[in-house]
Amino acid sequence: MPHTDVVGKTAGDLQQAAGRRVIRRQAASIIAAVAPFGIVFGASAATAGFTMLEAIGFSALIFGGSSQFAAAEILGDGGSIASAAVAGLLLNVRSLAFGVIMAPALTGAFWQRAAMSQLMIDESTAVGTSTTDPALRRYGYLCAGLGVFVVWNITTVLGHLVFSDAGDLINDLGLDAAGPAAFLALLWPRLRQRPQLRTAIAGAVIALVLVPIAPPGLPILAAIAGVVAAGRQTPAVIEGAGDE
Amino acid sequence: MSDAVAVLIVMTIGTYALKSVGPLVLGARSLPVRVQALVDLLPAALLAALTLVSTVGSGASISIDARLVGVVVAAIALWRRAPFVLVVLVAAAATALVRLLA
Repeated sequence: MPHTDVVGKTAGDLQQAAGRRVIRRQAASIIAAVAPFGIVFGASAATAGFTMLEAIGFSALIFGGSSQFAAAEILGDGGSIASAAVAGLLLNVRSLAFGVIMAPALTGAFWQRAAMSQLMIDESTAVGTSTTDPALRRYGYLCAGLGVFVVWNITTVLGHLVFSDAGDLINDLGLDAAGPAAFLALLWPRLRQRPQLRTAIAGAVIALVLVPIAPPGLPILAAIAGVVAAGRQTPAVIEGAGDE
Repeated sequence: MSDAVAVLIVMTIGTYALKSVGPLVLGARSLPVRVQALVDLLPAALLAALTLVSTVGSGASISIDARLVGVVVAAIALWRRAPFVLVVLVAAAATALVRLLA
């Protein structure tokens, strides 16, 4: 038994146990919130012409919500392999930042770090950074990451099953508006910050202007130029008004 | 090989590389500030473009249809702090209703 110093360990264990309870509750609500999104992805994948296996491959191997959506949307719209893959990958660049943030808490043998890396998504990072204790950070990251992984894949299958043979049904039920509504929901929390809002507007305008003249998928890629436009404005605008 | 499988292979490798750089290579080091700022902003531009293009885009042309009503209703729901599932449901319902009435 590793617990030799009984009194000391008990106090520490209690604190850890309490922390873990809080984290499990956080993780549970985040995991539940992923379910409807998974169903919408399964349906979108079916609409874009993905087989069930392809849809599961996206959810299990790529495992990155918004990027899967983007790739399915672009392919379904007749975009090229390159534009779908690049747009999807650009949406996952933030995983790089998450990895940098989480790395100190994700120690272990190479194979352990390699396995834990697959769970590097918004939800696991959000729960993993809600505390400062390294052991709890790791616990939260793994709880949320594994939970989302399981629910995400199950709901992908459900969404694909229900809507695979339902071309007309998708239109009749207005499900083609579910994709854009989901994108908007993901974007929404970012719009509270001015630089993010400016970037979003610039990106949207660039994409919209390019739709009639560029091949499908390219307008989405070109939108990243919005980062530059909005970024340059930032210092000048902040000088005047009291930026929050 | 279908287009979806090709995209799946490229995105699986690329995404895993992005996910694992921190834990496998960087360890306790951090990103340069400018790179970090860019990483923070990229999703806003992409998600905004995806929202708009999937709302009014139709192949290589722009078509204003019932989807736009659904997305406007979604925006109102988000503004009223509705949960994700409700946002998607009201968007679909509004779009379906407009089609039914049209």
